[in-house]
Amino acid sequence: MSTPLAKVTIDGKELEVPAGTNLIEAAKKAGSAIPHYCYHEKLSIAGNCRICLVDIEKTPKLSIACNTKVTDGMVVHTNNQKVLEARQSVLEFILVNHPIDCPVCDQAGECKLQDYYMKHDLKASRMKEEKVHKDKAIALGPNVMLDQERCILCSRCIRFCKEIAEEDQLCFSERGNHNELTVYPGKKLDNPYAMNTIDICPVGALTSKDFRFKQRVWFLKEVDSVCPGCATGCNIKISHNKGVAYRLLPRQNEAVNETWMCDGGRFTFKPTNAENRLRHPMVRSEGALKVVRQEKAIEDIAKVLAAVPVSSILGIASAQFTNESNFAFWKFLKEVGVTDFYYQALEVSNPSQDDYLIHPDKNPNRAGVEALGLKALVEDKRYQLIFILGDLPSARLQKILLDRQRTVVVFSSHEGEGVELADIVLPVPTWVEENGTFTNKQKRVQRILPAFSAPAENKSVWEWTSLLAKACKKEKPVYQQINEVMADLSETIPDFKGVNPDKVGNQGFVLMS
Amino acid sequence: MRPGVYEVEMGIPMRKFINETCGGLKAGKILKAVVPGGSSMPVLTAQEVEEVNLDYEAIASKGSLLGSGGMIVIDEDTCMVWALENLARFYSHESCGQCSPCREGTGWAYKVLKRMVHFDCTAEDIELVLDIGKKMAGKTICVLADSLAMPIASYIGKFRAEFESHVRKDCVRCQKRMEASH
Repeated sequence: MSTPLAKVTIDGKELEVPAGTNLIEAAKKAGSAIPHYCYHEKLSIAGNCRICLVDIEKTPKLSIACNTKVTDGMVVHTNNQKVLEARQSVLEFILVNHPIDCPVCDQAGECKLQDYYMKHDLKASRMKEEKVHKDKAIALGPNVMLDQERCILCSRCIRFCKEIAEEDQLCFSERGNHNELTVYPGKKLDNPYAMNTIDICPVGALTSKDFRFKQRVWFLKEVDSVCPGCATGCNIKISHNKGVAYRLLPRQNEAVNETWMCDGGRFTFKPTNAENRLRHPMVRSEGALKVVRQEKAIEDIAKVLAAVPVSSILGIASAQFTNESNFAFWKFLKEVGVTDFYYQALEVSNPSQDDYLIHPDKNPNRAGVEALGLKALVEDKRYQLIFILGDLPSARLQKILLDRQRTVVVFSSHEGEGVELADIVLPVPTWVEENGTFTNKQKRVQRILPAFSAPAENKSVWEWTSLLAKACKKEKPVYQQINEVMADLSETIPDFKGVNPDKVGNQGFVLMS
Repeated sequence: MRPGVYEVEMGIPMRKFINETCGGLKAGKILKAVVPGGSSMPVLTAQEVEEVNLDYEAIASKGSLLGSGGMIVIDEDTCMVWALENLARFYSHESCGQCSPCREGTGWAYKVLKRMVHFDCTAEDIELVLDIGKKMAGKTICVLADSLAMPIASYIGKFRAEFESHVRKDCVRCQKRMEASH
């Protein structure tokens, strides 16, 4: 049985919404944005901030929109004089003891107190008294800082911990205008989802220990991506400026992560900014890896490919790389006659996991490489020439290499054990700089977009394999742009049939099989 | 003279109840005001007290309520600014802090009234306190904000001259009390 509809008139606009919809959501559909602080669509109703007061006909007092459910025939005004005055007075009250330290506040630029003040109030302060002083710069846990003076006591963070993270860690203490946010005695805000409280804090009370003071938010640009931290593939936004990533924020996808992500995932961008990035192609000579022109690296690979029998060549794809990188890698090697393929994955002992977003498989694309028909690496044979996506632990690499006359070609973004054993190294972008798709545990193909270009001579795997194909006198696979790789993947691999950028969009596309 | 708990017949004159049942004011003191139904109820002037009986309708006709029946009888020695500050202190301390208008409004009103009691105020502060009361009334989950808003409106509405005397710094009662406390 479908929910019965209720006819409601909001600011003169008549519409039908499912009965029981709250007025904030109903008004959104009518094009009226009702300001709110304590209300959050994913949390229970608190009704304490009082800024969403609206005027309902035949109701003597103003009502809070968040806790009012639409009933048939309801007539609501969200912008009449009575409502505007109430909104202004609530804003004035909230600002009475707020420090208004916007110039030094990290939230400035994305603060609901600033936004609503500019939109609904714009009055000079009438508060001449000494403000109530509370504690500042309190570390509530490993990742979250609290400024009690900035807190407007909406209780979103408290409800988040209780209802979503299911770890009751935050509470209010004291009364009246001394009311303040704190952790329960002996507790810390250390649940694995704690940093979501920073995102849902409408003001600058909760800030990220990692991000604070790094950038003014109005300098940041955002790009849609997917967290590579595990097989869940939480949808995210990368905030970046001038070639540096500063923070990751969850992006709504109801089928994957709703509006949340875990704290572990928040730091997956860090290696992109790290010092040990590879910047140029390198070839081993006289025992050491030396930077070479890219043409030299390509030539050397073509030469060794021509010299080694294909039965002694192995390709190792990676569950850490995109579908497109893995596909181009596989297709190129297949084109030159290679038949032996595996994929490697990041293996973690005692991985973190829960029954919500944290998946024990710490690879963003295992389902993707498996959909390509690849199997996890088994050390059952030794090879003379090995191509590897990513950094393979040297102990594993040693088990599949011939003792002598061997060549290892590594596509990697960073220095590492596998790179140290390599003979030829091609630098590639990290996921932050990459354009492509990951396939999560649900077999949902999800788009990642590059925040900025990779440094120096780094190229995507498909760009390197295009150059290699040309050097090997092959017509395929040569691609000019990522969409061509996607199209070829979709045509070649049955599981990926029908996958294209439009279908993947920003919410992903689930593979059929 | 005899504070206590009394049960009386509905509808007896309020003045009779104060003078006879409760033994009246201290000798020689003149009645100034009565809060009829608990501290949150609008105050009645001495003139209004003369005119009402102790029943719901009569008190409602004077803009107040019988409420809890907790009656506060105020004589001429009490400054109404000081009395209101006392109430504001109570309600700001009592506010749980959940709703923004009450949490901030009661505390703000108390701070302004405290200044007024100490003669550190202007005529604008009277309007400010009235406005704080008006703006927090009817906007919260419970009625604690209204419980201060109603006294604010009635104390200032009915005894504005006393608030103005604080702007002029010539309230003798408060001058005396402050001297005594020094």
